[in-house]
Amino acid sequence: MQIFLNGQSKDIAAALTLEGLLNTLKLETAHVAVELNQEIITKSAFSATSLKAGDKVEVVHFVGGG
Amino acid sequence: MDEFIIANRRFRSRLMVGTGKFSSNEAMLEAMVASGSDIVTVALRRVDIDNPQDYMLKHIDRERYLLLPNTSGARDAEEAIRLARLARAAGCEPWIKLEVTPDPYYLLPDPIETYKAAQILIKDGFTVLPYINADPILAKHLQEIGCATVMPLGAPIGTNKGVKTRDNIAIIIEQARVPVVVDAGLGAPSHAAEAMEMGADAVLVNTALAVSPNPRLMAAAFKKGVEAGREAFLAGLGKKRKLAEASSPLTGFLREVK
Repeated sequence: MQIFLNGQSKDIAAALTLEGLLNTLKLETAHVAVELNQEIITKSAFSATSLKAGDKVEVVHFVGGG
Repeated sequence: MDEFIIANRRFRSRLMVGTGKFSSNEAMLEAMVASGSDIVTVALRRVDIDNPQDYMLKHIDRERYLLLPNTSGARDAEEAIRLARLARAAGCEPWIKLEVTPDPYYLLPDPIETYKAAQILIKDGFTVLPYINADPILAKHLQEIGCATVMPLGAPIGTNKGVKTRDNIAIIIEQARVPVVVDAGLGAPSHAAEAMEMGADAVLVNTALAVSPNPRLMAAAFKKGVEAGREAFLAGLGKKRKLAEASSPLTGFLREVK
């Protein structure tokens, strides 16, 4: 099914969880923050949050900045 | 004992450093260590899904350094609040450098959006360090609503021009009840020393370190500049005078016998 990830459309397995999504992207949950449809999802909820078609996901992390 | 305290938390160094614009992670980390800083700013951006980079933060000891996320990129209060909350969700302590800069040419902070965001973030439990123009009235308002510091700019971000807002910063320092951190535009250790000699509590520097051909050495120089400026301020600077006043005695001169 199709979701939007960081502004781009992406095909993923149906009912993939946020934790599953981060695993497929090889991202450590410790280092990122995630928004699902403009709502921040706490890390403890990643494994319990399943994605639906059309969901908009933003995955951000810390980078160098002033 | 010269203590530097923000929101009841003690720091040894009065030099804060930014981690942006360095040519490599190695250069950034070397500069950070050489600076002796305790507080280090970072930004929050989308992960590049197609090109996962070495995660910068892995190399920063979170016991040694306080990571201070900024809301750079925010063009209004709503975006700043969103970034602050994301930073907290990413695992940072709830300290935030509040930076609302809608104009990309001068990156000057929007005072109205900064104030709006500060009100909401303070209620939401954040320790807010707002980046502002050197506006003494705005600084007072932000202190009154509970900001932990005020961070007036010396000159626009990345311009290396120094303390161009000197007179207004002097007013802010005179009237402040929270630490004043001169942030942005400091291009040389002498600029940092100038801010500290005026009585600023700390400075924040990024570009001057990152764009130097030798960031580590420049960071070491800034460390000395900040310490020199602070010690001079504590020691008490001599007043400027119009007329000369001799340094050597005015009696006992060797003169011809008349």
